[in-house]
Amino acid sequence: MAVALPVAAHDARIAGGIRLASRQFVRNRAATVGLVCLALLCVAATLAPLISPYDPVQIKLSAKLRPPGLEYWLGTDHFGRDIFSRILHGGRVSLSVGLLVVAFAVSIGVPLGLMAGFFGGVVDNVLMRVVDAFLTFPPLLLAVAIVGLLGPDIQNVMIALGIVQAPILARIVRGSTLAVREEVHVTAARALGASPLRIVLSNILRNIMSPIVVQLTIVFAAAVVAEASLSFLGLGTQPPQPSWGRDLSEARRFLADAPWMFLAPTGAIMVCVLSINFVGDGLRDSLDPRSWRTRRRVTARTDDAA
Amino acid sequence: MTAAPLLRVRNLCTEFATDQGVVRAVDGVSFDLADGEVIGLVGESGSGKSVTALSIMRLVPEPPGRVTADEITFDGLDLRRMSEAEAREIRGARIAMIFQDPMKSLNPVLTIGRQLTETLRRHLKLDGQAARRRAVELLDMVGIPSAESRLAAYPHQFSGGMRQRVMIAIALSCNPRLLIADEATTALDVTIQAQIIDLVKRLTRELGTAVIWISHDLGVIAGMCDRVNVMYAGRIAETGPIRELFYRPSHGYTLGLMGSTPRLDGAGQDRLTPIDGLPPNLIDPIPLCPFLPRCRFALDDCRNRPPPDRDVGPQHRASCFADLTGHWRQAAT
Repeated sequence: MAVALPVAAHDARIAGGIRLASRQFVRNRAATVGLVCLALLCVAATLAPLISPYDPVQIKLSAKLRPPGLEYWLGTDHFGRDIFSRILHGGRVSLSVGLLVVAFAVSIGVPLGLMAGFFGGVVDNVLMRVVDAFLTFPPLLLAVAIVGLLGPDIQNVMIALGIVQAPILARIVRGSTLAVREEVHVTAARALGASPLRIVLSNILRNIMSPIVVQLTIVFAAAVVAEASLSFLGLGTQPPQPSWGRDLSEARRFLADAPWMFLAPTGAIMVCVLSINFVGDGLRDSLDPRSWRTRRRVTARTDDAA
Repeated sequence: MTAAPLLRVRNLCTEFATDQGVVRAVDGVSFDLADGEVIGLVGESGSGKSVTALSIMRLVPEPPGRVTADEITFDGLDLRRMSEAEAREIRGARIAMIFQDPMKSLNPVLTIGRQLTETLRRHLKLDGQAARRRAVELLDMVGIPSAESRLAAYPHQFSGGMRQRVMIAIALSCNPRLLIADEATTALDVTIQAQIIDLVKRLTRELGTAVIWISHDLGVIAGMCDRVNVMYAGRIAETGPIRELFYRPSHGYTLGLMGSTPRLDGAGQDRLTPIDGLPPNLIDPIPLCPFLPRCRFALDDCRNRPPPDRDVGPQHRASCFADLTGHWRQAAT
């Protein structure tokens, strides 16, 4: 006699929930492709000094505005710098901005949101009024102000973007916490003697991973783009250092003459943001056991027949 | 001399501050519960059954709630004076609770095994291996087949009845002295309901656990409990041993409840008799009998002073002026 969930139960008995979740993730083709792309981007950015064919900042006016070809894979810009090398090096900036801003937003926004939502009352009021104050500024303007205050430097850009994104995340976390806090399993956990910390971590945080992960993919994408904007305003990456956003804004002037200058960083940003979104989708689904059901149905049906 | 009761509650009052005013959800409830005894709390929605349970467990959020009592003693411990940390040591280990909606009372993102072992590790300080073994035993005990492999399942993969079995397994996992079941079978269909009742009855008898069984269903109470407290408007209207109370209901509300409950033998019931009117608004203070406006047996006294707690039989008390002896039989014949 087959039991209802032989496959899942068997697997998890051996390897636990993480294996089960990652199996779900791998089943999601878009997420897998996204993860591979992202990994490739990261590896390429990390190894940029070793694998770049040219020095990304060396000016060679004799080779300016070359179209893509065998010598310069993605062509050259108006200073004759190799665009492929600049994309590789620029990835270091853009990806680390994205990752660090996400890390910053998580480490500030998630605890604040959880605290506000879980404790409610005065704590909630104070924290949310501060968050409201931050949210009244237009995000880019706030970032500009913070960078202006701290000095134009890529680290300060990361901090500024983190400060811009954290309150948004905090608000989302708080809202989701408020909803989950009222669920019966929270009372049930309390009735079993669970401590507030345990309840926040396993009953609340675990149940609001989906909105958090979705928001983080948005934060990452927004950070990459915002870094470009700040660099464009001269507040982020300083020339001649490459970054996807900077190069993109410079390419603007050569749109008609040298579209490859514009296409390369655009493509890089697009691939990166899309991958992140796919990975985010995959993570969201694989972190929530309830959304595994669709795949499971096939298994269940065969069992009934057996 | 009788032994001290396991749980003694005296004059428990629980109020909630709302925009409309202060709601007295529980108004002076007192009762004793002996070791191993099964007591029923019965009453309609809003009569304060659940809030009574939550107040004893100290799970009423304060504010907006406010719990006062002259005494809440559990096993010699004063539950009122306990710190929150001490209360956590009691909850789940010595007093456990199961809830109405088994679909929602398990954490949806953790495996059944994880939720079972977490409580075991927390209260009994079992290590991973031992907790796992015990978890399998527990699932086995509540009648979940192939328990070992089910540890890895998630709540949504279980049916309502199975989830309630899991909840019972978790609740009984640390061998508590007292189990509070809040409408534990209300969300289940009748056959599953009967199975769950049998299960709880058998297990608590084997383990010697005292039970507070909360329900609005007199039939379930009758099959389950030694003694029953009938609650109305936050007060205990009538209390007595199960047989006593069913043969000699002595409060207008109890009679009304019984009249509105279908009976299998259909004795004297061409149709059910509903209780007219609505329960009182608990924001306004109720100086007289709260059931007065709906009572068919109201006397002049009822309109002048609050009803006394009257002995109407062995261990059988009703807070009612009227002598209702015979009314139930009369209605039944």
